[in-house]
Amino acid sequence: MSNFASLTHMRIRLALRNKMFFFFSIVMPFIFFFGYLGFFGKSVPAGAAYFLGPVLALNVMGSFWGLSATIVMFREQGILRRFHVSPVTASDLLASSVVANIALTLPTVTLELLLARLIFHVHTLDNLFGILVLVAIGTMSFACLGLVIASVTNTMQETQVLNQLIWLPLIFLSGATFPLGYLPRVVQRVGLFLPATYLVNAFQQVIVNSASVLSRYTEIASLVFWAILTFFLSMQLFRWEPETKIPRRAKLLVLATAIPFVLLGIWENRTDRILRESQTAFAAFESALDSLRPAVRMTIQPGNAVNPASKSPP
Amino acid sequence: MGNAILQVENLVKRYGDVEAVRGVSFSVEEGEVFGLLGPNGAGKTSTVEVLEGLRARDSGRVSVCGLDPQRDSQALKHEIGAALQSTALPDKLRVMEALRLFASFYRRRRNPEELLERFGLKEKRHAFYNQLSGGQKQRLALAMALVNDPKLLFFDEPTAGLDPQVRREIYDIIEELKRDQKTILMTTHYIEEAERLCDRVAIIDHGNLIALGTPRELKTRSGGTTRIEVRLSKPEPNGTLRNLEGVVDARELDGTYVLHSARPPQTIVSLVKHLEAEGNELVSLEIATPSLEDVFIEMTGRRLRD
Repeated sequence: MSNFASLTHMRIRLALRNKMFFFFSIVMPFIFFFGYLGFFGKSVPAGAAYFLGPVLALNVMGSFWGLSATIVMFREQGILRRFHVSPVTASDLLASSVVANIALTLPTVTLELLLARLIFHVHTLDNLFGILVLVAIGTMSFACLGLVIASVTNTMQETQVLNQLIWLPLIFLSGATFPLGYLPRVVQRVGLFLPATYLVNAFQQVIVNSASVLSRYTEIASLVFWAILTFFLSMQLFRWEPETKIPRRAKLLVLATAIPFVLLGIWENRTDRILRESQTAFAAFESALDSLRPAVRMTIQPGNAVNPASKSPP
Repeated sequence: MGNAILQVENLVKRYGDVEAVRGVSFSVEEGEVFGLLGPNGAGKTSTVEVLEGLRARDSGRVSVCGLDPQRDSQALKHEIGAALQSTALPDKLRVMEALRLFASFYRRRRNPEELLERFGLKEKRHAFYNQLSGGQKQRLALAMALVNDPKLLFFDEPTAGLDPQVRREIYDIIEELKRDQKTILMTTHYIEEAERLCDRVAIIDHGNLIALGTPRELKTRSGGTTRIEVRLSKPEPNGTLRNLEGVVDARELDGTYVLHSARPPQTIVSLVKHLEAEGNELVSLEIATPSLEDVFIEMTGRRLRD
């Protein structure tokens, strides 16, 4: 237990001294935050609230990226070897990585929530505690994904390629960049097989519809189950030494991590619950923006303006 | 004699089809500095890694501090300290933090302050790991091996890649540990290092232990002869140099003739006479006092360093 605590402490300290961490985990999330809420959300509360979910999800999902890279780097440089000859165990190292990640994500997210309220007047944040619970669960799940990536790749280059391959579908097909309700039907169907979709939806329902966290039990249960599975698997595949290559058989084992969301995806494709929820949220968002449109129309088509105050050109 | 703190019997370690360690046996007594001497790739590191509990052995019996490194690896790690080869710490970890961090992993701890002082790292306590020089990194590695006040220390190639001056610094540190009666198992491919630091040396080549004893024993075992190395302008037919006066052994190693002589002055006189008669000329002549290199050449027909 104390090994775990001191390792967590070390990981947090090292992350805060790392420029890459500063950029990817602090600067980038705020670029997304202001871009999405301000630009796509048109800076109105309903729009900002709708996009806060995807922004939080992006922030949370990014955890696998830095984590896999750090562990592979530690292995390549022989840092893990040094820990191996001490009483530190693989589970100490892996669990501390995950917990450090959660601890590093929560402050950024809290600040984002605060700014959403102060700048964009998102007043549906009644459920602050619930949102932070989702953040912690989401970060844990995606950090565990990072652990698996670290175990199946041998070099930093391989890690970055795999990260990229996983990251792109996660952000584009899940509603984290383009709203799920806006995507073509086929893409929505594919999106239902991705953990990211459930994370985004859970955030949106809790933020936009003030749903209670407990009502998101499907999303939470599937993410937690997935985290346990990936953590257990990464412990089995853990390698201290850079020379130890991963057996091909083990790479197949990794496919097992996809099982929970394949099953859930099949189920959700039949019930369409998540799709309906995200479409409703999207429709609500659009109609909220629609209510802004008369003002917009006024300037574009002055001839049809209802507003008597506007002057039509001769 | 004292008690054996480490015992190895017929240790075998394979990597796929490659047999890195082929039935090595030795034991280390409490309070001694025991050296594994051999060229790179001889199986020293593999042996040490099995003993530290980092790798599984394929066969053989091993006992370290009364424990089986494979079965009781967790318990063993509390008892041993190690400075590994090709290892590092995170770039942005500070010296003091590294010592504190590793100390926190152990049941038995030494005061990190004391270690800083002793290993000359006091001024570097707040330095990041990547700001340290090679010698400072190695001193930190040795200090970290001591954080748990271990019963047995493993130093794997403690001076590899360091320049001569820094190497001597590390020797001083190890000699100080020796004065403190620390038990150390170290590997090296430097003869002077083994001769200077080790109470006993096991010479290892191609995964086999080919000689074992104190440096003095090993040297006298090789006949207590003096090594004379000569380069000649023309090649000399095989075996003719062996008939010179006082020569007990003669071999050719990459163009140099290595003679072992029991009576060097007589050998040199007869060598010069022989060359004159043959119309051959001396290009260079070197006389070396007996060293572990001679033992290695005698056993393997090769030099320790290629």
